[in-house]
Order: sequence, then structure tokens, then C-alpha cells
Amino acid sequence: MSTATHSLPRTIGAHAVLLTYTAIALFPVILVIMNSFKSRAGIFGAPLTPPTPKTFDLIGYTTVIGQGDFIHYFQNSLVVTVASLFFVLLFGAMAAFALSEYRFRGNTMMGLYLALGIMIPIRLGTVAILQLMVASGLVNTLTALILVYTAQGLPLAVFILSEFMKQVSDDLKNAGRIDGLSEYTIFFRLVLPLVRPSMATVAVFTMIPIWNDLWFPLILAPSEETKTVTLGAQLFLGQFVTNWNAILAALSLAILPVLILYVIFSRQLIRGITSGAVK
Amino acid sequence: MGSLNIENVKKAFGPVEVLKGIDLEVVDGEFVVFVGPSGCGKSTLLRVIAGLEDSTSGRVLIDGDDVSVTPPAKRGIAMVFQTYALYPHLTVKNNMGLGLKQAGTPATEIERRIKIASAMLSLEPYLERRPAELSGGQRQRVAIGRAVVREPKLFLFDEPLSNLDAALRVNTRLEIAQLHRRLKATMIYVTHDQVEAMTLADKIVVLNAGKIEQIGSPMELYNSPANEFVAGFIGSPKMNFIDSAKLGETAKTIGVRPEHLTVDAKSGAWKGTVVHAEHLGADTNLYLDCEKAGLLTVRIFGVYNAEPGATLFATPDPAKTYRFGADGRVLK
Ligand SMILES: Nc1ncnc2c1ncn2[C@@H]1O[C@H](COP(=O)(O)OP(=O)(O)OP(=O)(O)O)[C@@H](O)[C@H]1O
Ligand SMILES: [Mg+2]
Repeated sequence: MSTATHSLPRTIGAHAVLLTYTAIALFPVILVIMNSFKSRAGIFGAPLTPPTPKTFDLIGYTTVIGQGDFIHYFQNSLVVTVASLFFVLLFGAMAAFALSEYRFRGNTMMGLYLALGIMIPIRLGTVAILQLMVASGLVNTLTALILVYTAQGLPLAVFILSEFMKQVSDDLKNAGRIDGLSEYTIFFRLVLPLVRPSMATVAVFTMIPIWNDLWFPLILAPSEETKTVTLGAQLFLGQFVTNWNAILAALSLAILPVLILYVIFSRQLIRGITSGAVK
Repeated sequence: MGSLNIENVKKAFGPVEVLKGIDLEVVDGEFVVFVGPSGCGKSTLLRVIAGLEDSTSGRVLIDGDDVSVTPPAKRGIAMVFQTYALYPHLTVKNNMGLGLKQAGTPATEIERRIKIASAMLSLEPYLERRPAELSGGQRQRVAIGRAVVREPKLFLFDEPLSNLDAALRVNTRLEIAQLHRRLKATMIYVTHDQVEAMTLADKIVVLNAGKIEQIGSPMELYNSPANEFVAGFIGSPKMNFIDSAKLGETAKTIGVRPEHLTVDAKSGAWKGTVVHAEHLGADTNLYLDCEKAGLLTVRIFGVYNAEPGATLFATPDPAKTYRFGADGRVLK
């Protein structure tokens, strides 16, 4: 570290700001995880202290695993999130490539039309979506959720990815064409790897709202078979009594998979950035 | 094999006409250079030849066959780009072999051709490296190698040297010249650079605003430019243009190249003041502000000492003075 660009007070200042922000952001998460390991009395008696030998209790976790079909809910959430993510990235990237690469009549209008969804919340169409799902017999299936989430994620994906794809060198694509690569090969082998960091960004933005969503699972797929984790956790949220141990345990568990996905994508993000810098 | 005919090719992007009717004939084995100011349509014309861009009208014939609807990979061409455009995920060897592999060439044949090309371009030590692990000059040689292994009828180069530094540019230019001599292939080369155009070309095509201004050998263009644009574009430093109204001539403009002016301290045709002197060692460029002729550039071979502010007389060589009419054409 050179002293010319890094003075000690400034470094301390910057770190203080960042650490404060981290503490604020992590506080609720830590609170949830901490309390999930405590007995009911421990949670209400001293919510801000970490579990002590006296208050330590795994009752929340045993309830969650014992009651309801939580493993199954997890599976549902994971299937829905991963499948939606896959389709959002695939179709989003393909649409973005077409918009940025080919000149056709109505190109700009099409781009605007596809981006419109960013500004209009998909929940406004809930009634129509429900009618559509009923009519097509998709109510209470994971397919319904995957379709809706794919539609929900596409506008932002197309918008962000087409900006990035415009920056991919024309010469590279043209070199591929002269070497006889098909447009699909050019897209999958040349362009996609180069926009990987932006794909990771889109993936993170798309994934979190899907995983956390309560609205559409509640409306489109509330059956026992198709419940997602967020919906499943409602089980413990009664009108008169709420099983706080179980809710906190379920929430703590629900953080895990999304955390793992996040770590995978952010690795990609960082790798993309550094490989670009070295080239 | 390797001839190219372009017949009345036009290209428009929406309402903007970029190529306004290009006719060109290139015979087998010729080295043709396209020059012209930025934005005049050189790259567009090259892309139309390659098939990367459809022409709005007109025909492109390679070896007598109309290729207007043939995809780029089937035209028997190879192209080298300004930005190298190597596949970042492939090794040098696979970069060179990809096109052949796509075309279904047997592996042993690909191997053989890569071997010859890499020997020709001294790329053997780098065959297993990726583009990111190469210097700019090496990358451009790989890009040229990738073109060579295809054994194309037609090589297309789009400003291949403009991302290289000056020394490397000279080396790579030499390599391209040798390559042309060895392969006897037809090559079409786009450049901004005068020196590249003059040293490499059998034939130079001067383009301006989507039209061909003149086609000819480097010396033809230098010695007998067809019009004011070509006269100004070819030659460095640029030709002096003098408004002849001040000189009492019939032509609209008089043109004299800086190297065809002589200076003298005592007498001459145009009296002027030295504004600035550039000493390049081998020659000296003087900028003279003349009473009658305006600002003139004079190129003197060898060292010439002149202080700014000094008075000098410039005299044009009458045999090498060009006269241009109102439409810019040369008057005989
Ligand atoms: N895809 C496109 N859409 C619209 N206009 C374009 C497109 N490609 C090129 N042009 C226009 O066509 C003209 C010629 O471009 P071209 O790239 O052929 O110029 P050039 O002679 O190669 O210039 P340079 O020497 O700077 O590379 C330019 O005015 C450019 O703006
Ligand atoms: Mg160009």
C-alpha cells in the first residue's frame, strides 16, 4: 500500500463507515440466527443476548424438522428459484443478444416494450394470472410459479444484458462468422462468457425476490405439495399463538441455500472483473 | 484463383448512404489498399466483400462467382481485424484451427497447416498459450496466422497495424509484404496510413465519402493525381494548395508538393516569413507565411537552418506544379 494514496486517518474513517454499515445490515440476520437457538423464555427474556447454556435450546429446529414437511418445502423453493433463474438468464440473454446484435424493423420499440416490465409491477396482473393458471390447469403446480417468476425477472435481465452485449467486440463476432460458427455458437461460446459478470449481477438481482416471495406461492400454489419455504414458515404464525422458535429456525434455515447461490454467483462476478482487468 | 469484381455496390444504413456505387476490379495475386479519411466507408466496403454486411444493391464476384448471397464462411476469404478478435477461451493453436475444424477439414491437415503458418510467423513457442498471455504484436501475428491456415482466395485486412506501436508496425508490415510475396495471394488492405499504403500496395484505391476518387499504382497517384482530393491525400506532408486568384492564374487552385519547392534567402517567386521549422534530421519542414501564396509547407532534404521570423523566398518547380479547375479536377 503506498502512503501517497492511503493516509491512516482516511483508511480508519473508510473502515469505520464500512464496518458500521456491515453491522447495521447484519444485525437483523444475526438476531434471527441467535434467537433461533434459544428457548422461548430466552427469546422473550433477553432477545439481544447470545444463547447461554441456560437459554440454549434446539426446540425450534426440532419443531421445524418434525412438523410439516420442511425438507420438501425447501426442495420446492429451490426448484422454483433455480428453474426461474435458468430461464430468466437464458431467455434474457438471448433476447438481449438479438436486440443488440441484429438490425431489424422495430428493434428500439421492441427493446422499450421488453423493458416496460421494470416499471410495472407484475402483481398488478395477479387476478388475470390466476384466471390464466386456472384455465390452463396449472394452479398448485411449481410450473405456475416458474412461469410467473420468469416473466417477472425478464425485463430487468434484458435491459441490463443488452447494454453489456453492445460492448462485446463486433470484430470478435465477425471473426466467428468468417470461421463458420453458427449464430448460436457465437452466442453461447463467444458472447456469453464475456458477459458472465453481468449475468451474475442479473442472477443475484433476480434470485432474491423469488426466494423471498410470499405472494404468488400463496395465491397460485398453496397446496401442501407445492408450498415454498416462506409459505411453509407461515404455518407457525398463528392468529393467537405464534411459535417463535420454529419461525426463527425456519428463517435461519431459509437463509442458507440463497447464501450458497449468492456465493457462487459473486465468485463469478469477481472472476469476471479481474480477468477483464488483466487482459 | 482469387480475383474480385465489385459492380456498382451501394450500401445505406437507413437513410444514410455510406457507399454510393463502387466499381472495382482486382486481379489474382494483387495487393490492393483502400485509403481514405475516417468514415468514408472503407470498413463497410470490406465487410460487404466479406459478407458480414449485405449491400443494398450491386454485385460482388469472387473468382467470377456471384457471392452476394453466400455466407462469409463459404466465400473463401479470411479477415484480419484491427482489434485482433482472437477467441479468448482458445489456445493459439485452436484459434488458428477453429475455422478449418468447422469446415470439416481432417485433423492431420489442420495440424500440417498450423505448423506451416506458425513457422512462417514465428509463432511456434506460443501455440499452447491463450491470447491473454501474448503481447499485442504476437496477437496480431496469431490473427494473421488464423487467416493464413484457411488458405483463402482473398485476404482482407482492416487496419491490422493501427493498434501496434511504431516499431512493431514496421516489422509486421514487412511480414505482411513477405507473406504476400510468398503466398502470391490476393490481398485487400484497409489503412489510414500513407506509408503502409505506399509501401505495400500494387494498387491503391482512394475513397472519399463513399465514392472512389481514383485507382492507381502508388506512383501514379503521387505523380498524376486525378483531382484535388487525391493530391491532398497522397503524400506527406500534404500538398500546398494556393488560391490562384491571388496569383493571377486561370485555374482555380494551384498545388505544389512541399518537396517540390525550393527556398532561397535572396530571390524567388513567393516572398514569405518563416513561421516554424521542424528538424527531422534527414529533412527539414519549414512553414512559410507568404504574402501572395498564404501558408506554405516546404520540405528541404538535409539540415537547413532558418529562424522563425526570417524572410525567405520559395520557388515551385514548374514541371511539378498541379493546376485544378473549379470542380477540383486536374487541368492538363
Ligand atoms: N451499423 C451502422 N449503422 C449506421 N451507420 C453506420 C454503421 N456502420 C457504419 N456506419 C457509418 O458508415 C460510415 C462509414 O463507416 P466505416 O466504418 O466504413 O468507415 P471507415 O472508412 O472504415 O472509417 P475508419 O477509417 O474510421 O475506420 C460512417 O459514417 C459510419 O458512421
Ligand atoms: Mg474502419
